[in-house]
Amino acid sequence: MPRIMIQNGRVIDPSQGIDRVANLLIEDGKIAGLDVKDSKTDETIDAAGRIVAPGLIDMHVHLREPGGEEDETVASGTAAALAGGFTSIACVPNTDPPIDSKGVVEFIRSQAVKAGNANVFVIACASHNREGKELAEIGQLVQAGAVAFSDDGSPVADAELMRRVLEYCLMFDKPVLSHAEMPELTERGVMHDGLTALILGLPGIPPAAEDVMTTRDIALAESTGGRLHMMHVSTGGSVDAVRRAKARGVRVTAEVTPHHFTLTDECLRTFDSNFKMNPPLRGQGHVTGCIDGLKDDTIDVIATDHAPHAKEKKMQELDRAPFGIVGLETALGLVVTKLIEPGHLDWSTALAKMTINPARILGIPKGTLAVGADADVTIIDPEVRWTVDPAEFRSKSVNTPFAGWELHGRAETVLVGGQVKFRRA
Amino acid sequence: MQTHKREVVSYMVSETTVPPPVPKDWSRRHLLGLEDLSAGELTTILDTAQSMRDAMASGRKKIPVLTDKTCVNLFFENSTRTRTSFALAARRLGADTVDFSASTSSLSKGETVIDTAKNIEAMGVDAVIVRHRTPGTPQLLAQNLNAAVVNAGDGPHEHPTQGLLDILTIRQRRGGIKGLTVALVGDIAHSRTARSNIWGLKTLGAHVIVCGPSTLVSPRWEELGVEYSYSLDEIVPRVDVLNLLRIQFERQTTRPFPSVREYAHLYAMNRERLARAKKDLLVLAPGPINRGVEVTPDVADGPHSAILEQVTNGLAVRMAVLWLLLGGEK
Repeated sequence: MPRIMIQNGRVIDPSQGIDRVANLLIEDGKIAGLDVKDSKTDETIDAAGRIVAPGLIDMHVHLREPGGEEDETVASGTAAALAGGFTSIACVPNTDPPIDSKGVVEFIRSQAVKAGNANVFVIACASHNREGKELAEIGQLVQAGAVAFSDDGSPVADAELMRRVLEYCLMFDKPVLSHAEMPELTERGVMHDGLTALILGLPGIPPAAEDVMTTRDIALAESTGGRLHMMHVSTGGSVDAVRRAKARGVRVTAEVTPHHFTLTDECLRTFDSNFKMNPPLRGQGHVTGCIDGLKDDTIDVIATDHAPHAKEKKMQELDRAPFGIVGLETALGLVVTKLIEPGHLDWSTALAKMTINPARILGIPKGTLAVGADADVTIIDPEVRWTVDPAEFRSKSVNTPFAGWELHGRAETVLVGGQVKFRRA
Repeated sequence: MQTHKREVVSYMVSETTVPPPVPKDWSRRHLLGLEDLSAGELTTILDTAQSMRDAMASGRKKIPVLTDKTCVNLFFENSTRTRTSFALAARRLGADTVDFSASTSSLSKGETVIDTAKNIEAMGVDAVIVRHRTPGTPQLLAQNLNAAVVNAGDGPHEHPTQGLLDILTIRQRRGGIKGLTVALVGDIAHSRTARSNIWGLKTLGAHVIVCGPSTLVSPRWEELGVEYSYSLDEIVPRVDVLNLLRIQFERQTTRPFPSVREYAHLYAMNRERLARAKKDLLVLAPGPINRGVEVTPDVADGPHSAILEQVTNGLAVRMAVLWLLLGGEK
């Protein structure tokens, strides 16, 4: 394997508290050292004026394979990940069939190896067949390589089952990822239950639908000692609930998506289904609540909830169009433009939420530039201005609400295991 | 009052100027809702409708000004009155009309609504009149078709021609809209008629009250400049117009009130409530009415009611809309 020197970049590694200009040496696919003076390298990458970060991690991605290959495949999704600066992603199990058997876990992992793009970590079902009735075979799924458990796309509606999932995952030290939604409060719902829904006559999804479930799951985590991670937090109420739970010592972490800290429900005035997602875009107060949660580290992780849908599915009546948008190729630009540049987060804090924090939650040996770690590295041009053009996406789907947006900051070169896997032309 | 004057003028137009030419500054290709129409645009439609209405009242059955046009009724939800009204309006203007109903269509074979509409458009259609259960579907079609799109009701969002015909009826009876207090009573949450009325009436200067049970009337209407009330008894003495909306059982997920009997007890417009109202109270109902639920028969059929005039005005409004969208120089 080649020895690669990444020279003169601003190395930011939140896992070690590093933020300074340095040379980073890669050898045998591993991080070999910082500040190394070495002339015997096979390749030198000039990173002057660039940020050299641990490879970004997105812990919430819908890869759609198996069963939804018209929307995305492991190969296309991981290619999109690389273009977005992500060297590792975790895929959620609402596929068809769902990821609730060793066979499906192994299939996805082998598809990822074949594709040879980003690393793929598998999140498997919490309940058998995602039906919410009984436990999935969590022990065997762990053996097959699953790193976390979730019925994402749906909540585990039955509180007793959720309690058992949290308890059972304890013995494997695996986190339970919660899609917090009270189904009886969201039936037929299309968008946030606010003033815009009132004007448009669209059925609303009240914030309470999320808050009630967040609070329930926190109570269950508190009573079982289980590890709980709240996915795609969208309400000020949920942020508050997580904040208070953390103060009490509950083992809870949380993520927000870029769209929930950038967009509001008013976007749906255009009736464009690219603004339809679940949880829905909320009002400005909730957006501010999410940003506050990011600032005080109540929210540990920025994750995309990358949810590709083929055009013919999204181009339907709003109640028929599926929830969700693609996010892998716009996330970093939105973080830079909407969180770092306005001063909400500094680079180190923002990168922590996209590297070491998700790695620790998932228990994966990633997200660091420590010597000996896998050489997954993302080199970011922090200044570049670019316009989101869905035609350039590597993802098979183009369902983005950000088309035409001018963003700042983008991944320029991406290394996985010491190999350059992506280089922007 | 300006609206009043305009109306008088429209009464005096001669047969040869019906319909009045499409104003040069009319720029709308579609009629998707009343929310973003200006007072001037609303008045243009109302004046044009009034001239149609006057011409029909004077015995003219046909005003064949759209003989080279074809309109299609693309109805994905059941409707008898609105569909018939649009079909008649098109025929009175000399246009061809085609009916397309979702139950007999390829939609049941999985075709998307956009493909269906594009296929129909490819047959040479100039206007697509669409009714659909989902808010925003007319907007979706307008973005994807070259034909004019008329919203004939999209879920609980808007039903602009219903709003216009209600407003035209009020204007005929009261001479204008400005300064009137108009209450919409009933299932505001699920009513497209309510929304279209609210926008049109507010733009033309009325004070609007929405009234009904708290499960169907959001206090947030206040943020949009609309008064809300849970008590019909409280508002009855101070309103000029009552528009009694049908309870939309089919759009509700859970029942928003305990029983029809309780609803009628609290919100039915009956003789007792009428006795406490202004002497010249005008009662409208977009229909189909549930007699005994929203309104008792003695009120529905009494002198305060304009329910049948609304139907006649509906035809005039739809003729006016088709003329304005199809009759100008494009």
